Parts: sequence; structure tokens; C-alpha cells
Amino acid sequence: MSARTVYDKLWDSHLVKQNTDGSALLYIDRHILHEVTSPQAFEGLRIAGRKPWRLDTNVATPDHNISTDPVERAAGVEGIPDVTSRLQVKTLDDNCDYFGIKEFKMNEMGQGIVHVMGPELGATMPGMTVVCGDSHTATHGALACLAHGIGTSEVEHVLASQCLVSKKMKNMRVTVEGTLGLGVTSKDVVLAIIGEIGTAGGNGHAIEFAGSVFRDMSIEGRMTVCNMAIEAGARVGLVAVDEKTVEYCRGRQFMPSGEMFEQAADYWRTLVSDKDAVFDTEVVINGEDIAPQVSWGTSPEMVVPVTAVIPKVEDQTDPVKQKGVERALEYMGLKGGAPITSVDVDRVFIGSCTNSRIEDMRAAAAVVKGHKVASSIKQALVVPGSQLVKAQAEAEGLDKIFIEAGLDWREPGCSMCLAMNADKLGAGEHCASTSNRNFEGRQGNGGRTHLMSPAMAAAAAITGHIVDVREFVGEQS
Amino acid sequence: MRAFTQHQGIVGPMDRANVDTDMIIPKQFLKSIKRSGFGPNLFDELRYQDEGQPGQDCSQRPLNKEFPLNWSRYANASILLARKNFGCGSSREHAPWALEDYGFRAIIAPSYADIFYNNCFKNGLLPVILTEQQVDILFDEMAATEGYQLTIDLMEQKVISPSGAEYNFEVDQFRKDCLIQGLDEIGLTLQSADAIRDYEQKRAEAHPWVFGAIK
Repeated sequence: MSARTVYDKLWDSHLVKQNTDGSALLYIDRHILHEVTSPQAFEGLRIAGRKPWRLDTNVATPDHNISTDPVERAAGVEGIPDVTSRLQVKTLDDNCDYFGIKEFKMNEMGQGIVHVMGPELGATMPGMTVVCGDSHTATHGALACLAHGIGTSEVEHVLASQCLVSKKMKNMRVTVEGTLGLGVTSKDVVLAIIGEIGTAGGNGHAIEFAGSVFRDMSIEGRMTVCNMAIEAGARVGLVAVDEKTVEYCRGRQFMPSGEMFEQAADYWRTLVSDKDAVFDTEVVINGEDIAPQVSWGTSPEMVVPVTAVIPKVEDQTDPVKQKGVERALEYMGLKGGAPITSVDVDRVFIGSCTNSRIEDMRAAAAVVKGHKVASSIKQALVVPGSQLVKAQAEAEGLDKIFIEAGLDWREPGCSMCLAMNADKLGAGEHCASTSNRNFEGRQGNGGRTHLMSPAMAAAAAITGHIVDVREFVGEQS
Repeated sequence: MRAFTQHQGIVGPMDRANVDTDMIIPKQFLKSIKRSGFGPNLFDELRYQDEGQPGQDCSQRPLNKEFPLNWSRYANASILLARKNFGCGSSREHAPWALEDYGFRAIIAPSYADIFYNNCFKNGLLPVILTEQQVDILFDEMAATEGYQLTIDLMEQKVISPSGAEYNFEVDQFRKDCLIQGLDEIGLTLQSADAIRDYEQKRAEAHPWVFGAIK
């Protein structure tokens, strides 16, 4: 057999049937469900008189629109103020009970943002195909999975048949070699990649992130990178298996144990791209050149190093880009040519499926420890990604550090990343946010999002404006 | 999905071009967790005098008496006679869901928006394409005859009028087969159920840890 990429191997090992028109029937190993994109899929099953093909493949949890406020949360599902949100969460509970699907209910240990929950429970295993009705499903690719988001009709399709009709994507490799500088994180790496290749750069491709920077990264850091593959236009992002992957998996709730774990690990270790494997597209970036990144505009590619100035309309040569920059500056209320560090921040959001894992909590806590949130900040939210992350952070005393510094310590959920609950920006407010999308209105109507790492967001909470976190890191070391 | 082979039914009119999906089912109904029950809100803004809200009892709402589908002669219509570019606008599948839930089995129009056209086949609705002249004739005949019915024979790809006139129409062979067998996309995949089971058996031998972990 000719040399293959990790993606090729994952594709081949899940092929049920190749159709003559280029499409194929692909087997799905793991299906994660949440309250927003599943109700009509379950109803479709009922209408057609179908049952889930397999039960032991599905795991569900509410995350998108639940309250993160501890008081509202303690009131249970009935305490969800918005009628539609309450109905969606109830419906997920009812559907999981009816069909016999494993669900981690809203206040149950194990619950969390789908893309935090899957890996940490060991529901996501290397070599799997993983789907979920959410575009950030590529997160699971950090464990060398073929993982991508699907629509509601596909949710029903997977429930009923355990398969998807798919077409093979092209292979793209993004290689980042070198050592990251102090204060530079996985978030900065992925923002720099998106800044380099653009939001359409990965269209039609599965991206493999390769090179020493990713090898040196924790699994959580790799998840942050794969999470944002969709922001570079790729539905799939992944990292090959190494010993870190294997060790991450060991001992997690749904993982095999004993001899079967070793048997699985032997297979997982084959999930690396062959030396001679050919990629359709190659991108190489020098890791040493990456500084902490901040988005200034309304698309994730509108990003600059924190040391830079906001782009000027007149500096753009392409007229289409010129218009885009002009429109973005207007929406963001910013002036081209000003240093990005001159931007004042109204709210801070540390959380989301991109950056709400334990090491994100630790990184943010390390920055705010011994400081106070600036008086100009209206709200600084820290939303752990799951009940397990929350418990771990509390065991380490991180919650106290946040609270003492003046940040709000919340209950797990998607929160202000997409503002489907009460956590949202007011019109014109700037937010230092660790989330993944800075589209117009994403975090609330008229809200202005600046994407950055947890450490950078924590630093902005303290100074009240966008700031180079390395000033804080230097102070600590 | 309901199979479609031959259907005879009362014809109801939607006599305007470029009927968009927002007209078919307004956006306030998209927040629903359901894919059924949209029938009472089909053409909501045209059909009622008040503004519709999700969860209302539509039987108590004031009807717009000018709207033909509210007339008794078109009650129980199951074939919608429409104009060109029917179903334009968003990709919402709620549009065919609403038409189907109302009781329509087929639409006859000179043309459709692409996504809507596709979505119809996925939901057991047959979108028939006839020429503008043929559609004009059918509108005239329907207006002249109370209880006007047409027969649509998908097997023969013909629309047959009460006078015996036959109008042939084109339909993609694959989509036709799916409708005749009542196969939606899931149904099609499930035709490969044996291949899926074979795959699972081989996979369970090679990678047993993938199965049975979540209980």
C-alpha cells in the first residue's frame, strides 16, 4: 500500500462502502449530542419508527444554552429562565431517557461542553470517527480522530444508521517547528496560522498539525489548535499519536484498561503519517516568530501580534480586503494605525470549547494571582469547560484566586462564546475573549470580540485594556 | 417517509411567483424543537389576519378570507398549483415539513428554488415541473371547476386532468426510485445494513475497545 497520511488511514479504516459517484459510506464510532441540534433528529426517528442503530456509541450532555450562574443553575432545569432553552434541555433529557442514550445531565458530574467532555471522559479514543452537531467537533482530532461537525439531518442519519455519506477531503499539513517563546500558547499558534492562511485557507482539506511545536504541546493545547481548524476553513484538524496521546488516554472513564488498553495503544501508535505520505497542500510556519496574538476585527483571520498596530484601510492593496478592513474597523469602533494595546476592554470571558480546560484555568489564575480586576471592567467571567475541570480547579484553589482577584467563577457551559444564554455583551462593548469566533454579534448584538489566549485575557482583566501578557510573565519568573 | 406512486387529489392555488420559504413558514416558528406540526402555520402571514406565534391554537385565529386556500372549495387540497421559482430563500427544511404536514403530497409549478426542490424529495413531497403554458391551463381549469382534481402518476411521469389530457414531466431517475419506494436518505443507507453489520463485526474483532464502552 502506498504511503498514507493519518487522515488517509482514518478514512480507510472506517470505509463501509465506496459508491461509484465518489461518495462513500463512512462508519461513525462516537456520536456526541447536545440540546440544540438534536431535538428534530430524535423526532425524525420517532416519525419514521426508527431506533438508534447502536446505543453504546452515543453520549449526550446539555451545554449550549444552559445558565452558568450558580444560583440559577442550582434551581435545575426548571430554573432555566428562557422558555426555548428550558424546553430544549428538557427535550434532550426526555429523548435520552426514551431511547436509552447515556446522558450527563445538567448538574451531573461528567457534564460539560461537548468537546471538553468527550476527551476527558475517554469517550473520545484515538483512531475513532467522532461527530457532533457542532462545528467545533474537530477538537477531538487532537487525539488523532477523524472528527467533524454535522447538521441536524445528519445527526438523525448517524443515530439511525451509524454511518454518514461522505466525500474524502484533501490532505493539508501545517508544520510549525521551533520552540515557542515565553507567554506564547497553543491559542497564539492557531490564531497565527489562521492569520497566515486565512479563513478559507483550509477549505476542502483535513489539516494535520505537525512539527515540534505540536509535539511539545500538551493534549489540551492540541485540542485548542484542532478546535479552530474550522476557523481556517477546514472541517477536520488533527495531530498524530505520540506517547503523550497514549498517556492522556490511560485511566479515563470510558477507556479500555489492562491488556486491552495496551492492545489499543499499539494500534493507536500506527496513527502517524507515513514518511513518504504526500499532502495536497503544505504550510510551514516558524514557531519562534509567533508572538501572543489578538484579533482586532470581525473574522478570526483579522489578527495581529500584540506588539503590532491595528491595520489601516489604505495599507490594503486588494480592494476587496480594503472594504473588509474598513467595515470591520467601523464595527469594532477602532482606528487603523493605533497600537492594539490601546484598546480598552469592558468584559472578559475565559471559557469555551477552545480554552476552558484545566491548563487554561491554571494559566489564567497564574496571571491574576495577587492582582485585582481593573475597576473599568464591567464583568470578568471564568467558565470552566466541565464539571470535572471545575472540581479539579477548585481542588487546586484556582476558584479562590479568581474570586479574590474579582472575577466571577461560574458553572460549566458554552456561555458567552455564543451568547445563547444570559452571558452576553452589550452593544459596543469590547471583550477580551478566549473563545473561537469574533463575528459581528457573536457574543451579543453589537458586541466587539477580541480573541486571545487565557493568559492574555486574564492580563487584560487586570489592566483594563489589551496588554502583552509577557509583561506579567516576566514579573513572575 | 411515505412512498409516492400515484396520487389523485384536490388542487389548491398559490397564484404568485417567487414564493419564498419565509412566506411558506415564517421565521418565528423555527425555534421549535419539532419537525412536525407546522401545517397550521403554513403560509401563516397570508392565511391569518393576525401575526402568528409559536404554540398558538390556530383554530381560534381570524382567517384572511381573501386567501384562496381558506376557501371551502379548496379545503382538503393535496396538490398545490404554484408559479415559478417556488420555495426560494433560505435552506430551511421547515418549508417542506410545513407543506407535508398541511396535507400536500405534490406541488406543480414551472420551476423551483434548488435547495427547496431537493428538500421536497427528502420529505416525501413530489415537486412536479410543467411548462408555464401548462400551468396556466391548469390554473384556468381549477378556477372554472369546483372540486377540481388532478391525478399525478409518478411511475408514468404524467399529470392527468379530468378531461383526460396528459402532461408529461421529467424527474431524476434516482429521486423517482427513492420516492416510489418511500426511501429517504436514511432509508437508502439502511439498504446497506448488511455491509454495515459486516463492517462492525470485523471492526469489533480488530478494535474491540470501540464497542461497549458507554453504558
